[in-house]
Amino acid sequence: MMSDLQSNWYPIASSSDLPRRHVYQTQLLGREFAVWRADDGYVNVWENRCLHRGVRLSIGINNGTDLKCQYHGWRYANRTAGCTYIPAHPADAPARTICNNTYPAQEAHGLVWAGETAVGAVPELPGFEDATVLRAIPLNAPMDLAARMLLGYSWEDGCKGQANADGSVTVTAADGTAVRVFLQPMDSNHSVMRGLINRPASGKERAALLRRHSWLMQELRDRIESRAAAQDAPAPYQPVIAKVSDDLVDIPALGAAALRAELRVQVARRELTAEGIVSLRLEPVTGKLPTFQPGAHIDVHLPNGQVRQYSITNGPGETGHYTIGVKREPDGRGGSIAIHDTVQEGDVLAISAPRNNFPLRRDSTHTIFVAGGIGVTPLISMARAMNAQGLSFEFHYFVQSDDHVAFRQHLGEFERALVIHKGLSPDATGATLKEVLAEPGFARHVYICGPGRMLEAARDIAAAQGWTDETVHFEYFANTVEVDDSTAFEIDLARSALTLQVPAGKTILEVLRDNGIDIPSSCEQGACGTCRCGVIKGDVIHQDVCLTNAEKAEGKSIITCVSRAASERLILDI
Amino acid sequence: MSTSKCDDQVTLDHWYAIAPIAEIEGAGIQQTTLLEQPIAYARNSARDVVVWTHEGVPGDVPDRNCLPVRERYGYVWTTLGAPEHDVFPIPEYAEADRRNIHAATFGVNVSAPRVIENFLDMGHFPFVHTDILGAEPHTEVKEYFVEVSEDPDEIVASNCKFWQPMAAAASTGGADVDYIYRVPHPYCSVLYKSSPLDESRKDVIAIFVQPLSQEQVRAHMLLSLLDDTNNDTDIRLFQQTIFGQDKPILENQYPKRLPLDPRAETPIRADKSAIAYRRWLSEKGITYGVIPSAA
Repeated sequence: MMSDLQSNWYPIASSSDLPRRHVYQTQLLGREFAVWRADDGYVNVWENRCLHRGVRLSIGINNGTDLKCQYHGWRYANRTAGCTYIPAHPADAPARTICNNTYPAQEAHGLVWAGETAVGAVPELPGFEDATVLRAIPLNAPMDLAARMLLGYSWEDGCKGQANADGSVTVTAADGTAVRVFLQPMDSNHSVMRGLINRPASGKERAALLRRHSWLMQELRDRIESRAAAQDAPAPYQPVIAKVSDDLVDIPALGAAALRAELRVQVARRELTAEGIVSLRLEPVTGKLPTFQPGAHIDVHLPNGQVRQYSITNGPGETGHYTIGVKREPDGRGGSIAIHDTVQEGDVLAISAPRNNFPLRRDSTHTIFVAGGIGVTPLISMARAMNAQGLSFEFHYFVQSDDHVAFRQHLGEFERALVIHKGLSPDATGATLKEVLAEPGFARHVYICGPGRMLEAARDIAAAQGWTDETVHFEYFANTVEVDDSTAFEIDLARSALTLQVPAGKTILEVLRDNGIDIPSSCEQGACGTCRCGVIKGDVIHQDVCLTNAEKAEGKSIITCVSRAASERLILDI
Repeated sequence: MSTSKCDDQVTLDHWYAIAPIAEIEGAGIQQTTLLEQPIAYARNSARDVVVWTHEGVPGDVPDRNCLPVRERYGYVWTTLGAPEHDVFPIPEYAEADRRNIHAATFGVNVSAPRVIENFLDMGHFPFVHTDILGAEPHTEVKEYFVEVSEDPDEIVASNCKFWQPMAAAASTGGADVDYIYRVPHPYCSVLYKSSPLDESRKDVIAIFVQPLSQEQVRAHMLLSLLDDTNNDTDIRLFQQTIFGQDKPILENQYPKRLPLDPRAETPIRADKSAIAYRRWLSEKGITYGVIPSAA
């Protein structure tokens, strides 16, 4: 019986009960709901209980894109009700997703409809296409009793009531004016009459219409309630309190990554700097930020538990904040989407201190910057530093279109040194790079950052035109090499006098960590170079994209997060 | 919900603060409720505090069949059962230079353990006690230690640190404040926090919750401070402001009773002390004011 009721659609609010940024509280079959409309128009019907500590979400704050709990500031996203931010833990946020309980909802005929397990369409209301929603009338009576007595509802002589299959009642007057009333069962002995009248009305006419029916329905309410009071009240519904999933029971352990996220910053400004690219200005929560060098990046710990690396775009002397640019990567692993969809101004994030694996030489006679797409970020910081010192450089920025040009204001500082190449095909990009990289020479350097394919093309063209390895500097966003970890070998740690086995399926970095040797790391996929370590003896299979070809050939360094031994044994300078 | 009186023997066998002693002076016979049992209290002709049960009409001050009474920390304590130990100790209360103040008795429509859990919670400071006990962006709850000891039978959360703009009535600005929490009784907690006036010692704030029923309480708040500048009224008002901010949150918790099933709500690391508290209540076999975990 209960399940039949639960599978029905019931009106639980008028559309007008959900003005901008409001949270409406109501109840259905004994279960409280928090109902709120996001700025995109979507109507959320959630159980009225924050899953953290049970506080009603109806006293929370509707931010337009999420609902913030009053107790601990947890934020739950529009549509999914997934938790996107836990202020108590800016570092090492739980990777697991905490979701509040949501219920099916639809908005139709000026009403919001919901049901615990409702599916399909809400009732069609022929003849009520241009209806006016009447004022809701709550009453202390069971829904069925109210429906029966509504058959006698009347506003003039000749009104006739008729029960509908969906449980509603239609009362029609001789002139065709009709009122259809649905009942919302708040609880077994507590209901709300929600009526529609089949004619449009506005202004004073609407006010008069609402007043008249409100008055008549209040009178009917009194009659229904006195009847209800004379009979035994049914037992209240006992809504089942769903248990949270098993993986949310234990508190997550403090991760090693969190220990390296030593800084706390607040998102002071968040703006769209180009199509699909947001910039975040990160200011310290307390104290000062450590010094950065042009080309440096920071690890950013995201509310979804992921850690991502972003380059600092700051110019020299801008030490009160770090500003990063993040491109939305819909096919990525979720880091950029977390930043685009959940991180808001005012949020606290944990970050690492800046690390620089992409240092800038300032002893050059001329420097060429080649940026592709979001690869512009570290190069902006470098070029701003050179610009401030009056050093000679040119800045080539390859973008899809004008809308994709990020950080325009800073680029503007470069004046005639800036060349923006828009919408070039791969071939045309190659041809342009050939021109740009036509003249290698003494103390001339090139810095490249961009998508893998473009970066490789640029490196090949530079090499073909006579640029030596030492003059071509580059930084990948991600490793483009397919990493093979199927070999097993031994590592000797020269300084620690330890011998460790690296089995198939584990990286050198992981084996070091397992044995309590914590060396710095960042991207952990062979792109950033943070976990680089010296090799004293042994041959290396390089699987990274951060060492230059010359460095790889020399064999004196290894990127411990991806690369492995070609020999049975490696002696590392650790 | 239930109209029958408390049948949880574990809960019955504890001492409960039912009123500040100062309220008894010259006030005649007064009434309150403990665990759904109406009780009355007064001073008898010998000036002793007497507490007795009744079923609606307190009658005259009886000279026998009275409940056990203790006068501790400025409050009258009594019990409907047979506690194994005396009222738990708060040694600081006896230190000569402390100001011992009854800050307030607040009625709250929630279960006693929800009040204790809120008292142990630091994560809500920036959101509920904005610009007093916390302020954004200082929202992080850093790692702290939780220990459950057997003798004495209590939970201790230590090394708790939180940045507070205005930690006490005597504060002059923001500071990283150290906290230690004790839970020596299922419905009482004692908090030690850095004193703004003496680095080497701590202010003490204690909450003694008197359950009227499973879902209604009176919370008595004791302050034992090193403050020698503010007057009692200012100190009380400060504490009442804080509790006045907690009350609407507490009364909007659903369910009102504390669910002990680990799958009822979602803890995070900041809730370590609450997790220990729920487990401790479960192990004691407490059923009053909680939703016991299904076996």
